[in-house]
Amino acid sequence: MSRQSNRTTDSKKMNSELFTLTYGALVTQLCKDYENDEEVNKQLDKMGYNIGVRLIEDFLARSSIGRCQDFRETADVIAKVAFKMYLGVTPSVTNWSPAGDEFSLILENNPLVDFVELPDNHSTLVYSNLLCGVLRGALEMVQMAVDVRFAQDTLRGDNVTEIRMKFIKRIEENLPAGDE
Amino acid sequence: MSSKEVACFLSYDVTGVPWQNIEFKPVSRVVFTSCSLHLTGMADESLFDFLHMEIVSHIYKEQQSSKGELDNKDRAVCVSVLESMGFRVGQGLIERLTRDSPSFKDELDVMKFVCKDFWTKVFRRQVDNLRTNHQGTYVLQDNKFSLLTQLSSGKQYLDQAPKYLAFSCGVVRGALSNLGLDSVVTAEVSVMPSCKFQVVIQKL
Repeated sequence: MSRQSNRTTDSKKMNSELFTLTYGALVTQLCKDYENDEEVNKQLDKMGYNIGVRLIEDFLARSSIGRCQDFRETADVIAKVAFKMYLGVTPSVTNWSPAGDEFSLILENNPLVDFVELPDNHSTLVYSNLLCGVLRGALEMVQMAVDVRFAQDTLRGDNVTEIRMKFIKRIEENLPAGDE
Repeated sequence: MSSKEVACFLSYDVTGVPWQNIEFKPVSRVVFTSCSLHLTGMADESLFDFLHMEIVSHIYKEQQSSKGELDNKDRAVCVSVLESMGFRVGQGLIERLTRDSPSFKDELDVMKFVCKDFWTKVFRRQVDNLRTNHQGTYVLQDNKFSLLTQLSSGKQYLDQAPKYLAFSCGVVRGALSNLGLDSVVTAEVSVMPSCKFQVVIQKL
């Protein structure tokens, strides 16, 4: 059944498949190259970091968002602007720690995992770990050191995908950041 | 040559075999199927670009880590890994794209589809020029190849271009494979971001 929709929606949607299939091919290749899931997770995080440090410039140029005043604002920008812009989904921001330095992004649907199933022998693989690295790398470029990890993953049987983000510290501007 | 193919000009390659420029008419083919409606998110185009560049970088870094300098054999390994990744992606993409399509009437029909619908889906525009010698070799020219536009325009980084084309060659080869055509796909760049893909259909 054909579907007529406007051109811009079409071309952006079509590219979702290219991205998700390519990501899948990457994970497959890393699983071949590295002996265990932990190592693959690490590589995904590293690659994500390298992407993040470049992505942030693209993001800042396209969103014209100014400097965030606090971590709460950062969380909102990540969820409502960045995720929306790049992945077409808006996670909800919840589970704030009492100190306000930690929160969760809850994704009902993770676009990276469309059509993906984890085989049994990869139970500790964090398939979407690239995202953690991207967030970490991007935020480092705006002087925030954060820890990012998956707390829940639909691929591992959870109901939702939950990314937990914790603020570590402010980074001094004169420290150069390089690729890992 | 059917009367529908207007404005073709013949040029000759060194063997004297005539080459023909092929026009592709608008193809009224079903592109979207009801199955694609359940894709929940729409990833931005730039995400693929970033991911692809990082994948290339990673593959080459990994090959280099044990040795320092990369020799031609190492580079061939990198190209081969990228190409086979692209191959799987191309197969997946063409499957989704042609799920409800009628079958193609001949090889040229397949190539036109690749140049128009498939290229638009994957590389965001149509192939600018398709030429064939009607003996299984096709040259697809894209003057603004999407994976090269970020690199440079002109001659800068020309020696880097092959790294960034390996995956795409695989994508094309994978797509053709699922459409029943075994091929060898190579790419050549002389001025970025213009690129020529050569497809040689392998006869069984």
